[in-house]
Amino acid sequence: MSGTYLGMPAFPRAADVSTRDTRLRANLTHATHTIRDKRAAAVAELDDWAQLRAAGAAVKDRVLRRLDHYLEQLEAAVTAAGGQVHWAADAEEANRIVTALVRETGEREVVKVKSMATQEIGLNQALEDAGIRAYETDLAELIVQLGDDLPSHILVPAIHRNRAEIRDIFRREMGRWGRPAPEGLSDSPAELAEAARLHLREKFLSAKVGISGANFMVAETGTLVVVESEGNGRMCLTLPETLISVVGIEKVVPTWQDLEIFLQLLPRSSTAERMNPYTSTWTGTTDGDGPRNFHLVLLDNGRTDTLADTVGRQALRCIRCSACLNVCPVYERAGGHAYGSPYPGPIGAILTPQLRGMQGPLEESLPYASSLCGACYEVCPVAIDIPEVLVHLRERVVEGGPVTRGGTRTVVKPARGHAAERAAMRAAAWTFDHPGVLRRGMRLAARTRRLHPRRLPGPGRAWSRTRALPAVPAESFRDWWRRTRGESPSGPTGERGAGE
Amino acid sequence: MRVALFVTCINDLLQPRTGRAVVALLERLGVTVEFPEEQSCCGQPQFNTGYRQATEPLVRRFDRAFRDHDYVVTPSGSCAAMVRDNYPRIGAKAAAEGRGRELSDAAALAVPKTYELTEFLVDVLKVEDVGAYYPHTVTYHPTCHGLRMLGLGDRPRRLLQHVKGLELRELPGAEECCGFGGTFAVKNAAVSAAMGADKVRHIAATGAEAVCTVDNSCLLHIGGTLTRQGSTVRPVHIAEILASTEGSVL
Ligand code: SF4
Repeated sequence: MSGTYLGMPAFPRAADVSTRDTRLRANLTHATHTIRDKRAAAVAELDDWAQLRAAGAAVKDRVLRRLDHYLEQLEAAVTAAGGQVHWAADAEEANRIVTALVRETGEREVVKVKSMATQEIGLNQALEDAGIRAYETDLAELIVQLGDDLPSHILVPAIHRNRAEIRDIFRREMGRWGRPAPEGLSDSPAELAEAARLHLREKFLSAKVGISGANFMVAETGTLVVVESEGNGRMCLTLPETLISVVGIEKVVPTWQDLEIFLQLLPRSSTAERMNPYTSTWTGTTDGDGPRNFHLVLLDNGRTDTLADTVGRQALRCIRCSACLNVCPVYERAGGHAYGSPYPGPIGAILTPQLRGMQGPLEESLPYASSLCGACYEVCPVAIDIPEVLVHLRERVVEGGPVTRGGTRTVVKPARGHAAERAAMRAAAWTFDHPGVLRRGMRLAARTRRLHPRRLPGPGRAWSRTRALPAVPAESFRDWWRRTRGESPSGPTGERGAGE
Repeated sequence: MRVALFVTCINDLLQPRTGRAVVALLERLGVTVEFPEEQSCCGQPQFNTGYRQATEPLVRRFDRAFRDHDYVVTPSGSCAAMVRDNYPRIGAKAAAEGRGRELSDAAALAVPKTYELTEFLVDVLKVEDVGAYYPHTVTYHPTCHGLRMLGLGDRPRRLLQHVKGLELRELPGAEECCGFGGTFAVKNAAVSAAMGADKVRHIAATGAEAVCTVDNSCLLHIGGTLTRQGSTVRPVHIAEILASTEGSVL
């Protein structure tokens, strides 16, 4: 795949374009509303959902508090089971490790099960640069790859495509990657799925190397877990001789018993199913069964830096269920690409600026990609208070402050371009703290109300293009109160001592 | 019982009739209403845009204005939520940054006594029939902060259902955000406008004469969108409906 998230414009600009794409909006509205209604029904079936959710959050928090301990336990268990553990501090190191491991096998092709971590580090591109071809085997991921496109949803990476577009992509591209699409392929879901099955089957049977992610890693036994719907992942995990799993360090859970919680929370939040069709687990290597070589690449890439932030670290609880995307009114209109990373929607808006740091206009705009309506927090199965983190990150954008980058504590400066806003916000707060000034300002506004424009200049222009401004009434509430209740202007709660 | 009205800055300046309606309603229910003039803005616009420290003087001011009152009642779900959810955060962060416990103490006093209007009516005064009369078809939009941060539930709808003459119409997609979000409306104007357009479309589909909320900030956004689209649906704050009687329909 040659698509890349690099150099994406700031969120408002990308979103401005996608809000005008009526087909995209129709696709997204239909898909997200269908799944959100189903999710609500699936969750309502469990009367202990609130307790499950709290338990999920608690397990994740326990892991995050002692992450080093659980990772070392995991490493020991994986090694004891015949696997090899590699530690990658960042994307570059992870790509280097995986590329070298594939090279060692002498192979030039690998099959992949859908993995957010490898999207995050741009592994496919790195492999391609090294002359290795990676084949995505998840159906939606295959559509994205063949279309030379980028994923726009965590669970349904090709959610922005409709059936006719998918048929065209299959007809045009499948032949260049392997088995071509059947003659006369229609856009019926069954035919599209069959075309993908035939195309992929050839890859599975010939591949010697598989690359996967994992939803969970169990520290006590060194077991990795993938939860999926299609079964393609299981083929990738079992057929190749060498299996390389690239997993974010936050995915570890202490024990098998903890899985019980997440295997209930995840499918219901994600696909609105009581249980997902395929849950695969693998532990090191086993003679005569499955891959002969197993490598686990543990990916940091900004995670320990995120962990250092006491408010922001809750983003690391995320189990990538995508429920927050499906309820988000902003995601529904802006589409996934506007978020500029494999993590779109509300979770992307808090995760990307933390994993990458506030390194540019995109990262700085993401904390503002929300109306703070709170729907994401309400559905999140591990109770991540996304609005709280958004506001916390907004503060970092406009005021700067202490952060951890590359393991070192530093102080970041405010992002550029907020000087006028900062002055206005502080001035407003100052005025509100000086009621005498405020009252005079309100009287002036009331007296000049016929002169007020109904459309705004400058940054407010976009606002008044679609919304009429309210007229300022002749009398403020406090003036009415004084007039009718006859309170003295310098009464006991008057403004003396307010520093004017 | 000393009940103080926290009218909020938007209502003070732009929607004073909402404040007057709250006074009329509470006095009709036998409550003595006071209006501490020292009050000002709750600080929500600054806080939600990332200027947390700029809100600290406003937390102190809130405390000074309402310290002597047992109840603070406000006709704004989002301002009540600001006090209840965010004042403790502001206090905790100030303490963590070495500025003492003053703000967390102020928050601790403010949180339990601050009520959104419909909460105060149903939970404290324990009334659902406030004796109102409003002969119109109305649809109710539950604002995000009222719905999710305060957990108002069906309190506003229960109050509306007891209003004589009022016919309540169900709003499709009621729980979806209207797209206002404070500075969000300016910073992400295109998405905000798209959300507002969908909300207004749903409101129009009810055929109601008026749309009501517990929050004038959302209502300004919805009303502004309605006006731009040439709609005749009237935006009304719930306090104005509840204050209306056969003698005087506001
Ligand atoms: S933030 Fe919560 S709702 Fe969103 S993907 Fe992660 S776990 Fe799911």
